[in-house]
Order: sequence, then C-alpha cells, then structure tokens
Amino acid sequence: MSYALLVDYKYCTGCHSCEIACNQEYHFPLGLSGIKVFESTMAYGDKYDINYMPVRTDLCGFCAGRMKKGKKPACVQHCLSGCLEIIDKQEFADRLPQIKSKQMCFL
Amino acid sequence: MRKWRWEEDGCTVTRSVCWSAPGTHGGCSVLLHSKDGRLVKVEGDIESPFNQGRLCAKTLGIRRLMEHPQRLKYPMKRTGARGENRWVQISWEEAIDIIVEKFGRIKRDFGPESAIFMQGTGRDAIGLRRLAYSFGSPNYMLCGPASGQACMMPRHAGSILSTGEILHVADVSQFFPERYDYASCKVPKCIMVWGSNPTVTCSDWFFGHWVTDCMKRGSEVIVIDPRYTWIASRAKKWLQIRPGTDAALALGMLKVIIAEDLYDHEFVAQWTHGFEGLKRRVEDYSLERVSEITGIPADKIVEVARIYATSKPACVQWGVGLDMTTECLDSNRAITAMIAMTGNMDMPGGNVFVRFLIDFHSWGDEFVPNDVKQKKFGLKEYPLSSILPGIQPDAWIDAMDQDPPPTRAGWIQGTNTFVGSFADPRRVYGIFKKMEFVVVLDLFNTPTVSAFADIVLPVTMFPERDGVKSFGWDRLQTINKAVEPPGECKSDMEINLLVGRRFNGEAWPWRNEQEIYDALLKPWDMTFDELREKGPVYPKIDYRRYEKGLLRRDKRTGFNTPTGKIELHSTLLDHFGYDPLPKYEEPSISPISTPELAKDYPLILITGGRLPVFFSSEHRQVGGGMREIIPAPIVEINPETAKTLDIFDGDWVWIENHHGKCRMKAKLTRTVKQDLVHAQHGWWFPEKSMEEPTLGGVWESNINLLLPSGLQGKTGFGYPFRANLCKVYKEVNK
Repeated sequence: MSYALLVDYKYCTGCHSCEIACNQEYHFPLGLSGIKVFESTMAYGDKYDINYMPVRTDLCGFCAGRMKKGKKPACVQHCLSGCLEIIDKQEFADRLPQIKSKQMCFL
Repeated sequence: MRKWRWEEDGCTVTRSVCWSAPGTHGGCSVLLHSKDGRLVKVEGDIESPFNQGRLCAKTLGIRRLMEHPQRLKYPMKRTGARGENRWVQISWEEAIDIIVEKFGRIKRDFGPESAIFMQGTGRDAIGLRRLAYSFGSPNYMLCGPASGQACMMPRHAGSILSTGEILHVADVSQFFPERYDYASCKVPKCIMVWGSNPTVTCSDWFFGHWVTDCMKRGSEVIVIDPRYTWIASRAKKWLQIRPGTDAALALGMLKVIIAEDLYDHEFVAQWTHGFEGLKRRVEDYSLERVSEITGIPADKIVEVARIYATSKPACVQWGVGLDMTTECLDSNRAITAMIAMTGNMDMPGGNVFVRFLIDFHSWGDEFVPNDVKQKKFGLKEYPLSSILPGIQPDAWIDAMDQDPPPTRAGWIQGTNTFVGSFADPRRVYGIFKKMEFVVVLDLFNTPTVSAFADIVLPVTMFPERDGVKSFGWDRLQTINKAVEPPGECKSDMEINLLVGRRFNGEAWPWRNEQEIYDALLKPWDMTFDELREKGPVYPKIDYRRYEKGLLRRDKRTGFNTPTGKIELHSTLLDHFGYDPLPKYEEPSISPISTPELAKDYPLILITGGRLPVFFSSEHRQVGGGMREIIPAPIVEINPETAKTLDIFDGDWVWIENHHGKCRMKAKLTRTVKQDLVHAQHGWWFPEKSMEEPTLGGVWESNINLLLPSGLQGKTGFGYPFRANLCKVYKEVNK
C-alpha cells in the first residue's frame, strides 16, 4: 500500500511536535526529521494571515514499520491539534470531495 | 487490570506521567520505551483520556535533555567564592550533614523563621512545604517565586474571594474519562480565551489543545490579547486590548450584559451577593470610557459581550496574562462575576470549580507553632496573603534590605528565580547573596546555582523516578521509573525526605517515598501500588455543586464564602479595607500614568508570552533539541515601527528603559501593534561561562532587568510584567 499525508493546516498551531516525534522515532541527528514546520505570514489591508504548514521531507517513509503494527505514524499520533492524517493513496480520489479549504496533501 | 509495564519490540514499555522534572503545567500520560538501561523514546499514551496519545516537543525530546553532558549528576560543595563556579563532588551523607548542621545552627541562633524555602512552578516539589513546616519555618514561597505572586496565585485569591473555591477553569469534558462521550458533558458554544495562549502552553493543568479539539466540535472562540496569536487568527472575534486594562474591559462587558438584560436573573437573585452595588459600579464604565481605556472600539465590546452572554454554554479560559497586571484581583473578580451572572458557573461547558486531588497546601503546617506562623513575611503589609499558603515575595525582598537581614538560610528547589520570575534581578541578586547558606536543587548548573549555592543537589527527570501526579484537578496517576538516574541524582521528594527526617523525624516517619505516597493517597482509599495498577483514576465530580450541598463543609447548599453566595461584593476585601467591588486602575507605568517616561520610552513593553519549546527558563541547553528550534531571544516589533528605527528582521537590538536594558533579536511582525513590543522571558545561555560576571549570560537578555521592583498590587497580588514602557534601538558593531 502506498500512503499520502493529509495536512489540515487550518489547525496547525506550529508546536513542532511532529518534528521532534519523527527525530526521536528514527534517532536522526539533531535538526533532521521527516517533516518540517514552516510559518507563513502576510498582511493585506488591515488583515493579517498566519499559517503554519508542516511539510514532508525526503527523510519521511510514512512510518511503514509503525503502520504495519497498526500504529499511527509518529508525527500523526503526537500532533497536538490532530491536524495530520495518513491516508491510502488509492483512496485519495474518493476523499477529494470531503477535503476542505486549508488542507494540503503530500504524496 | 491495565498493565503499567510490558515488553514490546525488544523494549520495556512503562506507563507514566511527564510531571516532572523538567517543569510542565500539563502532566501528559506517556509511555516510556527503554532498553539496556537507556531511554529509547517517549510516546504519548493513546489510552489516556487527558492527552489521548499526543505530546509536546519538550516531552518528546526529553532523552536529549536527560543525557545532556551539562547535567548535574552528583551532590557538590562550593570550594571557591560564590560565583567562581568551583565545586567538589561530595557524598549525599556529607551534603546532608552539612545542610543539617548549617540550618540547625541558624535555627538555634536566629529562630526557624530565619530560613526561607522557595520553589518554582510546574515542578513536583510538594515535599518542599512540608520540609519548611517541619523545620518550623512559615516562610515558604511558591510559584516562581514571582513578584506579586503573579503566577496563578492572584487567580486563586480572586476565586477564593468571589466563590470560596480555589479556582475555576473552562470545562471541556476533562473531568471524565469518557470525555465527550459522557452524557452530562456539553461542548462550549463559545470559549473566551483571556490572557492565555492555550496552543503553546498547558497552564493551570489545562491541556491547551483541548481548545482546538472544541473548535472542531463547533466551539466559537473569542480571544482577548494584545498580540495577534495563532488562536486569535482562528477566532470569531479578537479584541486587541491595551495591556493592563482588562478590568475596564470586563466592567464594560458587565455593563452591556446588565443594560441589555442578558444576565441570568434567577441565578443572580438566588446565588449572588452584591448585585445592586455592582450594577451601580458599572455605571462608571460607559462604553466610550472603556473604549478609550482599552483601545477597543465600543461596538466590538458590545458584540463580544452579547456573544458571550447569549451563547449557552460559554466558558472563559483565563491565563497568567491576567495575573501579570497590577490590580489583577479587579479583572479576575469582574470576569468571575460575568461567568456567574450569565449562569455559566459550575455548569457543563461553562467554568467549573476545581480542587487539588491531593491536599498538600497545608501538608505539615501543624509543625509550625502559631506564634511562629505570625512571623510569615508580608502578613502585616498584605493581610490578604493569609488566605493562601506562601509568603508575599516582595515583602520578603523589602525585609531583606534590613541589616542584619532577617533570612540567613535559603532552600531553592526547582527554580532559577532570579532569571525568570522575579522582577528587578539585580536587586534580587544582591538579596540572595546576603543569605549565609544556600542549598539549590536542580537539573543543571544555572545562574542561580552558580551565584548563590553553597551545596547543590542533583534532581532526577521524570523517566528516572517514581511518584504521583499530585498537582492538577482531573486525574490521579503514578509516575513510574523507567531508567536509573545518571550519577547519583535523586527525586525532589526523596531529597525532601532525607533532609526532612533529620530536621524533624516526627514529621517524616516514612522509610521511603512510596510510604509517603501511600499516606498522601489515604483519602482516596488507595496505596501507591494500587494507583499504579489502576491509574489514571478519575474522581467523580458533579456539576451545579452549590445546589446540592457539595461545596460547603457543613453540607449546606451554596458557596464557601462568608455570605454563602458568589460575592460580587467581597465581604473579605471590605473587611481588610480594600474596595469590595471590582474597579479599574491605570497601570502604574503607561503612556497615561507616566507621560514623562513615555517621552523617552515611547513603546509599550509586554513580556513573557509563552513558547512551545521552553518551560520558563528551562530547555535552553544547546544540544537539548529545543534551543535548536528557538536559538536566540526574540523581541517582536511591528515592521512600521522597525522601519522608523532602521531595524531589520534578525537584527540584534537593545531594549531599554529607565530601569535597565537587555539585548534580543528583532522579529518583525504585524502580530503586535506599532506602539508595542513583546519580549520573551527567562533567557540565559548555558553554553556561556557560568562564572561571574558572565554567569551564563544572565545579564544579557534577561527582560526582567527592565522591570523595577515595588510595583505589586495593593493587595500584594499582581505585578505588571505585561505593562511597561521601553525604547528599542539597533545594536552597533556586535
């Protein structure tokens, strides 16, 4: 099965839990992880836009070992706002109609 | 029965709680994976109703902190002068002998009250107060100690005055293991976040992301904060309040609620005291006046008051931001009045009363004779401090100016107080140096250790110790050791026991920590071992306890206040000679109260907004994993303001006012207004020399250097950490 990571960044609060959970799970050197959080800010008129966005990196293998044991990927389980979800890539097309704004999918 | 330990994938898995050390205000349930005596990883416990498998970066990254080369591992005795950072390793026996001898001599010569005991926040140091009391000293400081006790204690005091209960918190189903599957629970329709940033902190043992959980279940959020935080960006309404004016806003909202008849008449008539007085009082707070004071447009105040009062149920998630203003009892009492008057008090989805599950507040205070109890610092100046344990810290600081100083011995447990929590660290530094003998318990060599300690005792982190999550309101659970501590570290409680039984054997009859926990759990009819098997254990709580006679000791209906009602007009404040009704007072330092200062220091300075990767002054070690996320202290400046000052993003700048200055890195952001800057707190640099005068860089980026002492509220509660003035300018050639 191949997976996709769905990010509901409406709720990403920029807590960095995903990065540290991944770094810990795979004993990566300090600063490396399979996911990285970015901050995007923009001002227009009197509005100000803040979004945090976790981005999948090349070190991510969708936690294949954990998934086999029925566990969620380390980042998905520990995400404080529960904004990460792992889905079957094949089912992604079926999910499309339910996907709301401020969501993003990493294949 | 649920297992608390099992084998999995070649690892031993131990169920535990992350409280503490290091400090935490949540206390999440964790699964500790260990192998060959080392921690392999920490996972959130998916079976825990509290955090439901989730964890913050600090707890997930604990292994790097546990194995950090700078960790204190052995008891040490100072060999050079204080501040020279020269130490010799000694045995526990020798350390305890020295402590007992020095404290004993000081007690003999100057009385037990000449020793002071202080602890930080978020650290399991419940044995400390018993240690103080069993020594015979009433002089015990908690929560920082912070100037104006400005960390939760003001909200404790305000809650006791208004409701007779120690605190109320937003109810988001956290008191039931079934969470929202429990039939009586209701999702709040509206959550008003006031002086708190719940997605970066779990203050008051409230798991911050319960707020985002509720948002997904449809809760609308109102945020009252000078900064446009992430939660403000996702809120239905955000009120950008001028710092320190919360009482005016609350009174303005009360005026709208009363004028528009949005209050619960039945509740007000039956369960509150002083409504007519409050109604007259809010007449002084016209919308025009409140708008001018707070900087919030009048129509927005009306709109938010209406949303809060008409959403059923609605709760207020209040935070330390309210404590960190001068006359904070006024704001917190006005907010409590609003919760009560709208019928949201002790209601599902409203605000509910909480009590400590283990009664440690007075644990051992029978060992202090009554005449010595009267020698508690600050009782005369701040009589209201008698309603809570702990002394008024500013009164102690003032008393220490005397010659000779009244305090000779100090016991500092789990706090790096002159870095992070006391205002005016230079003055505090001088005062701590006056103590003849100081013991510090901590994880690392901190500026507090290096500058003052005569004896340092190394403390375990949570995976290295047994214990009970004794703080918090929702559940009882054991902390279970997964690995042996490095070197000779011992838990806070074990150290308190070892020294305590030498101070006063009668007060510490237990052979080991487990027997202490057995004794503390007696009211729950459980032993430590039973709790370990059963945990987490949720006590049965009920809503609307005032109607059922569940709040008062005499089992009568009503509240634990002198009138038996929620006191909008406080009998106790009246008794002590304070204004019994909430009012607004301008912050002691502001463009309005100190216009001359504002000419030189035109920017409003707020400090101490919480960060997701640090607990106050902890987690700053390079290589610990958290410092790599936020490597340098940040001051947030509006880009328009920065432009006029020729400051670019990432520039090092000086923040300065009439009292002091410090340097930080500028982050240009429109989340702060043009007339305001926000500076992080608790900064020091463990990688720098720990010798004086460098002292871990403590004089470099410590924002409290800009905060004069003596600005505490009249009642002794509250301190304007979040309302000051400053100027900012670019650092040259550094």
